[in-house]
Parts: sequence; structure tokens; C-alpha cells
Amino acid sequence: MKLSAQSKAFAVMLSVGLFAGCSSTGDTADGGEYGSDVAAIDQDGGATVYGGGEDGGISSSAMTEEERLAAEQQAQQEALREITTFYFDFDTAEIKPEARDVLVAHARFLASNPGQQVRLEGHADERGTKEYNLALGERRANAVQRFLIVNGASRGQIETVSYGEEKPAVMGSSESSWAQNRRVELVFE
Amino acid sequence: MRQRIWKASLRGIATVACLILLGASVARAELVIRITEGADAAIPIAVVPFAESSAFPPGDKVSSIVQDDLAMSGEFKPLAPSQMLSLPSKRAEVFFRDWRLLGQRYVLVGELTRQADRVNARYELFDVSTEERLLGRTSSASLSNIRSLAHAISDQVYQAITGVPGAFSTKLAYITLESINGQPRYRLQVSDVDGKRASVRLESREPILSPAWSPDGKKLAYVSFETGKPAIFVHELATGQRTRIADFPGLNSAPAWSDDGRSLLMTLSKDGNAEIYRMDLASRQLSKVTNHWAIDTEPSWDASGRGMFFTSDRSGGPQIYYMERLDAAPRRITFGSRYNARPRPDSSGRYVYYVHQRDRAFHIARTNLETGEETVLTRTESDESPSVSPNGRMLIYATKQGGSSVLTVISADGGAAYSLPASEGDVREPAWGPLVR
Repeated sequence: MKLSAQSKAFAVMLSVGLFAGCSSTGDTADGGEYGSDVAAIDQDGGATVYGGGEDGGISSSAMTEEERLAAEQQAQQEALREITTFYFDFDTAEIKPEARDVLVAHARFLASNPGQQVRLEGHADERGTKEYNLALGERRANAVQRFLIVNGASRGQIETVSYGEEKPAVMGSSESSWAQNRRVELVFE
Repeated sequence: MRQRIWKASLRGIATVACLILLGASVARAELVIRITEGADAAIPIAVVPFAESSAFPPGDKVSSIVQDDLAMSGEFKPLAPSQMLSLPSKRAEVFFRDWRLLGQRYVLVGELTRQADRVNARYELFDVSTEERLLGRTSSASLSNIRSLAHAISDQVYQAITGVPGAFSTKLAYITLESINGQPRYRLQVSDVDGKRASVRLESREPILSPAWSPDGKKLAYVSFETGKPAIFVHELATGQRTRIADFPGLNSAPAWSDDGRSLLMTLSKDGNAEIYRMDLASRQLSKVTNHWAIDTEPSWDASGRGMFFTSDRSGGPQIYYMERLDAAPRRITFGSRYNARPRPDSSGRYVYYVHQRDRAFHIARTNLETGEETVLTRTESDESPSVSPNGRMLIYATKQGGSSVLTVISADGGAAYSLPASEGDVREPAWGPLVR
């Protein structure tokens, strides 16, 4: 489940990246207003355009590069935000290092969209006691909440709920199903 | 294949609409007791089928219910009626030599008569070696209440022999989970201690957790997610009337009644972290009992009704702590492994029972509070939710069997085990009701 989400995100990253490349070429055409002498547009969609003018061409080229990077970054952020489930080790609420970039992307998205609400659903695996697991699920949701706030989201955007061990993502009593059940899910509303 | 995978997506209004309250009379598929392990030192007793001097409708026999009750306690080994040499129903018919030959310590005989829709039972219990009559009584009940009559007789027999009140007339509350058309269906049920006469008290698509009996046996407190988040309800069993008593932001969980029935301990996280509070039910006034950055939860009153056991991970992992009074300093009770949780003391104050991790397995263990000695009671490996019978002699808990959750009854020293599997789905979180006189 985790794997497929990541590969899906990667695929999205690739496709959006390509699309961004195309649109930056289009921007170059619009960029003509920055320097009228930028006439030669590489019809193949090449990213770098060398204009005939002195600074006109250069400024146009710089803008394009910046925008391309920004678009690329945005696409990357969007792709990262495809991942909405975060996993934990047994009886811990520590956010794993590999989750950080993704959570930062979510936090930035929330910061730039103040009207956006998110619900953090904390879960535990079936081992141990139900009521302790309820508290553990909440601790995990709270850990993600704190991380999002530190990275720009505001408290009012976030709601947390713990289901403890009551709503497993997958059934079964194996290490791998337990690992998939110890999680926090971000649900955007 | 039973499907129990669902997404936490549709909630709120839909859930509340789906929540169905049912009357007390809806009978459900009953649990069946299967003897999985017998105790070595069980006392041999002959429960002779009661003579019937009137015509009785077919169905449950009083003496076989008594026999099953005594067997379930783990302390008795009833003789199969097929091995009995005679079927006496009164003292004059009891040949003690025969029962001695069969190795029996006690013999229970009796007779049932019927008066319209009432059953009268007259019964006597004898000590085979002394030939002394330990019990001689008559009791009656309506024909439809024959199981209550039988459980009352079991209680009397148990007390006459062990000196401890029987707990066969008490009730169990538990939660069942089934998948119906791919939707989870949680049900709060109440049954006799042998799993019979089960009735559904609440049904929901969202989790129901932590049923807890009021000391008078008339109410249950529990956690329900029917509003999309955990809230504590108090449910009056006779009327089905429910009150949502705790619905604060965050956790509302683990209710535990005080012995006067006037307040509940509960876990709330409204102030940011799971802490134990006491709520006065009349005023809804809250007082904070624990105050620590760690998880504090699973409170349970001690035998004196003044102190409290609870789970805290303040040492790094969940362990059992005890406070002599609610304002006393917590003292750690468990040290034997890195995971000990959900304490349930018995009524004598001698033992506390809890979930205990050993290697990779979760068992039920108990600690002797006088000596500090810890004993692992179960051999099953995914054990949860221990609940002690009010007489302290039996313990019920939930465990896994073939991928499903089942209830198992053991004697409180771990000597015998009986499982109560549900016909389908999971059955979990048993709560043993109080002795009600």
C-alpha cells in the first residue's frame, strides 16, 4: 500500500514535471513582451532560449528558468502531497525521517490555503490494550499536528481523532499488517 | 471471507442516522461454551437430573444448567449423568456408598413441580463422605425464567461448598463486531455469564468500546464513536435511555464507576494530553486526577473504593501504577516486562490483573499486591481486556482464535479455561457485571 502510493506519487511527479516543461516554453512566447527581440523560439520546446538583444533576452531566459523551477517545485510538492498516510514504529509516535519532506509539503499547502481543513486520524496496531492504543493513536495524530504547525499550518485548520486499533487498514496478525496499521491518515475536507 | 477492512471516510450525519437503538428483548446468536482445558484439582460433584413431577415444556433443564455453571467455574468436575448408578431426588433415595464408589465428593438432588406458569424447585446438597446435608431449599421462578432459577441454585451450591458467593447469576456485557454487506456492525450486548440470553443494547457502524457496569448493575457506561469521535455515554439498561456525559475535544475514554455509583473515572485529553479525571455524575463537575506529560489511562478503582490503578507510559512504556487515594502519589506496580496495561483489581484487594507482554505475546497476568509476585495466567497469545468475576474466582478475557476474537473464561488462578466463541464475527471487551442481590 505504501509502496504503491509512493510509485503513484512518483508517476505524478514525472508527468507534472513534463507538463511544467511544456508550459514554461509557452511562457517563453509570452515572455516576448519582456524583450521584443526575442523572436527565435525553439519550436522543439527547448528550455533555454538565447535572444538576440542585450539584457532583454537574458531577462527572459532567467524568468523562464525561475518559473520552470517554481512549476517543477510545485509539481514536486503536489506529488509529495499525494502521500497522506504516515507510519510509526510499535508504541512510538515519532515521525520517521522519510515522512518529513511530505509533511512539510502538506504544511506549506495548508499555510498557503488558510481555508483548507484537514483531519488527522491516528491509529494503532491490534497489539496491546484498546484504551492505551486509543491514547497512542491520539499521540501519533498530535505529533503530526505539531509538525504541521511548526511548518506553517495553523491550529485552526487541523482536527485530530484517534481510532486506536479499531480501524485497521489491513487485516491480519503479521508484522507487515501491523506496520501498515500503525499510522496517521491525513483526510482533507 | 469475512471482510473487515473499511475506510474511515463516511461519518457524521450518516453515522448518526445509521445508529440503531434496539430494545432489550432482541435475541442474538448466542455464545457457546466449549471446555478447552480442565483444572487438575477440580472437585467431583454429581448433579443428579432433577425429578419432574409435572409436565414441562422441552428445552433447558435446570440441573444441566447447574452442572454447566459448576463446570465453567473450573473448580468443579461434574459427573456425567450417564455414569450415575441411580437418579435420586431426595435424601431417602441417596445411597452414599454408590456415590463414594464413583469418587464423588458432593451430590445435588432435587425435584421440580409446576404451578401454572411457575416452576418450584426443591433441592438438597449432600457431602458424600460425612453424609451431611449442606443445603436444603426451595426456590421458584416463572417458567420463562428457568435459567435464572438454575443460576441461583448454582450460586447456593457454590457458596455452600466453597464459602464464597457464586457469580452465576451475574451478567456479562461485551462488544461484537460483524461485517454486514461490507459494513462493520458493532453491537453492545448483555448476556448471562454462560453467554446465554444475549440481547443487543446498542448497534452502530462506528466503534463501541470499554463497557463498564454501574455497581447496581442497572447501567452501563461505554465509549461510542457514533458522532465520528469518541464520547462517553451512560446507558440505562431497563429503559434504553442514554446520556452523553463526556464529549470533550480529543479522547473521552475508559469510564470506571465509583462504588457508590455517583462518579466515573475517565480518560480525557481536552487539555492536550491523556489524563485521568473524575466526573461527579450529578453535577458533571470534573476533577483532574493525574497530571503528567505521559499517557495516563485505563483507570480502575481499587477494592477499597478510594484508590485507583491505571496505566501510564511515564517510564517509557506502559506500566501499571497505583494511587492509594486519588490525591496520593502514584506508585509503580509492574516491572516484569516492558508492556503491562489495563489493570483490573479483584474485590478482595489481593490481586491486580492486567495485560502483560512476554516476548512477542500478550498474556493476562496478575500481581499479588502483598508479595509483589507476578504470575502469567494464560497460554493464549493475543490476550486483552481481563475482567474479574465479582467473587474474585473467575476471569474473563478476549483472545484470538483462528483470526477471530473470542471470549475465554479461566479460573482466577489460571487453572482452567473455557472459551465462548461467537457464532460469527468478533466478540471482545467482556465486562463482568456486579453481584446484585
